[in-house]
Amino acid sequence: MSRLILDLLWRATAETLEMVLASGALAVAGGLPLAVLLVLTSPAGLYPLPLLSRLLGGVVDAVRAVPFIILLVLLIPFTRMVVGTALGTTAAIVPLSIAAIPYFARIAEVSLREVDTGLVDAVRAMGGTRWMVVRYVLLPESLPGLISGFTVTLVTLVGASAMAGAIGAGGLGDLAIRYGYQRFNTTVMFGVVAVLVALVMALQAVGNFFAHSLRHTNPGRAE
Amino acid sequence: MNLLEVERLNRSFGGQPALHDISFTVAKGQRLGIIGRSGAGKSTLLRCLSGLDRPQSGRILLEGEDMAILPEAKLVLLRRRIGLVFQHFNLLNSRTIAANVALPLQIAGMPKAGRSKRVMELLDLVGLADHAGKYPAMLSGGQKQRIGIARALAAHPALLLCDEATSALDPETTQTILALLADINRVLGLTVVFITHEMDVVRSLAQQVLVLEKGRIVSRGKPADILDANQLAAVLPPNLSQTPQDGSHAIVRLTVTTQAVFTSLLHTLEQQCQTSFTLLHTLPNPEREEQVDVVVQTGGLSVATMNALQAHACAAEVIGYVPAHS
Repeated sequence: MSRLILDLLWRATAETLEMVLASGALAVAGGLPLAVLLVLTSPAGLYPLPLLSRLLGGVVDAVRAVPFIILLVLLIPFTRMVVGTALGTTAAIVPLSIAAIPYFARIAEVSLREVDTGLVDAVRAMGGTRWMVVRYVLLPESLPGLISGFTVTLVTLVGASAMAGAIGAGGLGDLAIRYGYQRFNTTVMFGVVAVLVALVMALQAVGNFFAHSLRHTNPGRAE
Repeated sequence: MNLLEVERLNRSFGGQPALHDISFTVAKGQRLGIIGRSGAGKSTLLRCLSGLDRPQSGRILLEGEDMAILPEAKLVLLRRRIGLVFQHFNLLNSRTIAANVALPLQIAGMPKAGRSKRVMELLDLVGLADHAGKYPAMLSGGQKQRIGIARALAAHPALLLCDEATSALDPETTQTILALLADINRVLGLTVVFITHEMDVVRSLAQQVLVLEKGRIVSRGKPADILDANQLAAVLPPNLSQTPQDGSHAIVRLTVTTQAVFTSLLHTLEQQCQTSFTLLHTLPNPEREEQVDVVVQTGGLSVATMNALQAHACAAEVIGYVPAHS
């Protein structure tokens, strides 16, 4: 593999990481509060507001129903409004985040719902406010699940960011299309795939490690 | 002075009444047991008493404040006066033992420095001081329940509520947990209200008992009386009548010493009275350990027989009559 190709791969990997990590962070910032809101306002929740719950759920499902490649195009005017351009890595972060927020919200919602209601009762019976229930029970108790869910979101974002390459976002997807596909450069194609596989495996390993070490269920490990 | 007063409490779910006109009081420092089968309304009652659920009508006065109508913001504060112990412990897996016990203090807004001192006090009290840094998953069921109790006591509650606190534990561990609860009641003077479906738990812990059935209180009193009546009712023939019919047999309860059971008591009696006795059941006497109640059926009841029975037993009492063939 020539230095030139390595250089290209390196730059594309950095761009992909930038897109994935930035939109991943925004997915948590937007998706986690959304998930908490969905859980709290549901009919059996601590703050039942069935109408708001159904409205939020509807919006979340609507965004998730749009295929990402369409969402990319659909959001071009919005992206231009936010970052001034619809091209490049930074511009791609906007549609990636918009897609990732409801995705992570649904995954996080499942983890939050899995928290034993007995624990919620325990803290309420101690005289905890609803905010304390979120702070001391829902978030810490579901943290291992939330981390696993975040890992899944990041892996999905790696795939989606490759698609964003199609509208000029840069990154590994863009590299594979332009060099590997359009110029029949097999070396670049295989290089990109190898990096993507390594990237996903690394993300998964790190996610698993944190999720496991926070679970405190294995007496052999926890201290 | 009554710490807790419950008046004409009603709670129903979708038109199905779960609690019907429940009224009782609990004096300060008392240990009250509420016993009932599953579905009797025990859990609903406990949720109302702990302020997790509101009744449709009636009053629940804790230290004079009515939990049934108190606005949520004030109810949150009142709940801090109640310690709740759960069947399945409900400890937070994400927190260490010490942090679990500290949680009610954290909720009450106690500064960190005071918290750790109180936590060590409590862990000492339940005998688990050297487990402070461990996580709940590393403890046994009995140890988890000790932590549950320590946590319930943390914020100096006025009332300790136990929801089937020993039902998930083996018999030996149950005894140690009951001893701990009795100790806490005695040493701290803390009022304890517990619900259970186990007679043994009531026998060893309660001073007063309420029997709950289909959402109503069907009897109340001292454990010995309630258990006695309940146990007897379970073994008596269903066609028992209070008046003798022609040729009917009498059912007699004899209270005898445990030793007498192992000698040929019935044989001796039969020889002396010239009549036969059929042994129906023996029951442990709820008041005296060295005595048992023996329930017998006989066709030859007479004044002479009764005299003979009374001479051999500590007490003899005719409790009813059944047709001869039964």
